[in-house]
Amino acid sequence: MAEPATLRFAPLDLGRVLLWGATALVFVAAPLVFRQGFALTLMIQMGSMIVFALSYNMLLGQGGMLSFGHAVYSGLGAYATVHVLNFIGKGALAFPVTLLPLVGGAAGALFGVIFGYVTTKRAGTTFALISLGIGELVFASVLMFPGFFGGEGGISTNRVAGAPFLGVTYGPAIQVYYLVAFWCFVSMIAMFALTQTPLGRMANAVRDNPERSEFVGYDTQKVRFLQLVLSSFFAGVAGALSCINFEIVSDENVSALRSGGVLLAAFIGGIPLFFGPIIGAIVFIFFVVALSGFTQAWLLYLGLFFLAIVLYAPGGIASLLVMHLPVIRAGRLRELAWPYLLAAAAGLVAFAGLVGLVEMVYRLSEANLDPQMSIAGIGFDARAQPPWLVSAALLGAGLVALRFATRFVGERWAAIQQALEARRA
Amino acid sequence: MEFFLVQLLNGISYGLLLFMLSSGLTLVFSLMGVLNFAHASFYMLGAYFAYQISTKVGFWPALALAPLLVGALGMVVERYGLRKVHRYGHVAELLFTFGLAYLIEEAVHLVWGRAAVDYRIPPDLDGPLFTIITSQYPTYRAFMMLVSVTMLVGIWLVLTRTRVGLVIQAALTHSQTVEALGHNVPRVFMLVFGGGAALAGLSGVIGGNAFVTEPGMAASVGPIIFVIVVVGGMGSLAGAFYASLLIGCLQTFSVGLDWSFAGLFERLGWSMTPGSPFAPLWEITLAQTAPVLPYLLMVLLLIFRPRGLMGTRDG
Repeated sequence: MAEPATLRFAPLDLGRVLLWGATALVFVAAPLVFRQGFALTLMIQMGSMIVFALSYNMLLGQGGMLSFGHAVYSGLGAYATVHVLNFIGKGALAFPVTLLPLVGGAAGALFGVIFGYVTTKRAGTTFALISLGIGELVFASVLMFPGFFGGEGGISTNRVAGAPFLGVTYGPAIQVYYLVAFWCFVSMIAMFALTQTPLGRMANAVRDNPERSEFVGYDTQKVRFLQLVLSSFFAGVAGALSCINFEIVSDENVSALRSGGVLLAAFIGGIPLFFGPIIGAIVFIFFVVALSGFTQAWLLYLGLFFLAIVLYAPGGIASLLVMHLPVIRAGRLRELAWPYLLAAAAGLVAFAGLVGLVEMVYRLSEANLDPQMSIAGIGFDARAQPPWLVSAALLGAGLVALRFATRFVGERWAAIQQALEARRA
Repeated sequence: MEFFLVQLLNGISYGLLLFMLSSGLTLVFSLMGVLNFAHASFYMLGAYFAYQISTKVGFWPALALAPLLVGALGMVVERYGLRKVHRYGHVAELLFTFGLAYLIEEAVHLVWGRAAVDYRIPPDLDGPLFTIITSQYPTYRAFMMLVSVTMLVGIWLVLTRTRVGLVIQAALTHSQTVEALGHNVPRVFMLVFGGGAALAGLSGVIGGNAFVTEPGMAASVGPIIFVIVVVGGMGSLAGAFYASLLIGCLQTFSVGLDWSFAGLFERLGWSMTPGSPFAPLWEITLAQTAPVLPYLLMVLLLIFRPRGLMGTRDG
């Protein structure tokens, strides 16, 4: 991306207003378009995951801090929220449920101050390991103090608490949706605004070249610390939102699985761009909620997808999209249609073979499952040989075809890039 | 006294096992700068492979075959995965191994199921070896120590007395110079990565039946070996050795002790009731804190000595 020669202070340029306006419109209109109850629960979870993934990207994408323990902040924020919510429910406290995400955020930021003091002492790989250690520390401690954390069963609550405000009780899911949507939108704007502040810019500088940042006179540890505290605030907001949605908080909320999940979501979406984690959160929740209904092996597919992104598209989905903008602008996207179609077809064949193999292995390994199975309406016996041969052949042929198809894509892509380059020169 | 001796022996044998794991991790880290997140997954694979092989041909062939298989798998991972992401930098490499750990865990779920498998100590090694005062010391624990020590002496000899070992040592600090002298450094990387994986696999073979072989074993031991690497000092083999023994002993000792602050206060003459301030905190016994002790140690060390026990890097 070419930087403008002189920086202008234009916080309210038209394009930005239009973009955010459109985002707000999507938030408002989404439940009117997708009316099923399942779609609504999916969107509520996506909303809190978007906040969580964006807050994670404040560390990884913007600050260069690879954290394996980000669930600590969202989880502890959720625990704080659940206790406050229970106090409201008992009538011991008059606090609007609408503002509970601020409680979660404050708790997240508080723990960010405590743990961040230790973790941000180091950068790079050591930071990653320490964050992992802190994550394990908190996870194990949660089970040690059942009085506050509720032990294995966790703490459950009821979000219909306190006096209703203008008839809003947060009983129906649609009201929860708009609560999540509101906080998600506000957090998105706030986090985007933070990237434009001097602190946000310094976080980028510390990520790219800590030594030079120190020469300019900045304390890199302080920059990392502030960035981490702000990030844990938004993680806490996300934790509070999920607490209000699920009405239960357990040790799973601070687990390594959660921390790993948000890393996967942010990276799949794309960490170099601000909006990457938004896409990532949507894809991730789709994997977790929708795919887990179909197959037990969904984590395997998610893992493979993640590895494919790491190996072939380290900028994530968002970067893939942005790469195509100049091509679209030049009106040459049509030339890529055939290569893409072929690659997609080849990929689909390989994927079908893979799914066949994985599901059959799974059928046979679980003794209590019937080996007689069906995928996409095709019924067969997992003990027989033909389905194995067919699946393996599909996988093999698909991979070979994919190799040729990607070469085709690469050639076309290079030709277009060359043409664009020539025009620019 | 008896308790102390038995726990010390257990702690040392556990610590040696941990060192077999962390030594591979440390070597790979100092050579390639890659923190292999899937290292504990190779440990798990070693245990599962050994289980599978031992059901067919017995434990002894498995002891040799399983680590070799895991090592070969490690080399394939390095050659066709890690080497590709190398150009995207260390974060991408770390994330690649992170994704791999996910994948291996799920593959284990798929193939061997979610419950623990019945991987047992071979009958030749079952039973007590000798008696300390009144408690019997199991033969298998001694066998674990024997394997670990043999392996470690072997690695030390390879690293210091052979040509390959000297090339590896040189590549640790001056990989470009070594390459300029005509050695194939990428192949050295592949060998070291495979060797580290094989070591992890061997620890899995002997650790899997001493403890339990289940899909969660990688996730439970993984963070511990990362703590060891941090506590010992990133990239320091000697540091990893001391840290392994320290954490091995720390964990085995604390599990056996039910000391708590409440007990201490009791002795000092202050009685504790559930209503006392911070009562839940004082009533936690040392045994209960066993899972958090390694992490607490790490946090304390980072506050007071950020480079680790024997680390040289401060960055």
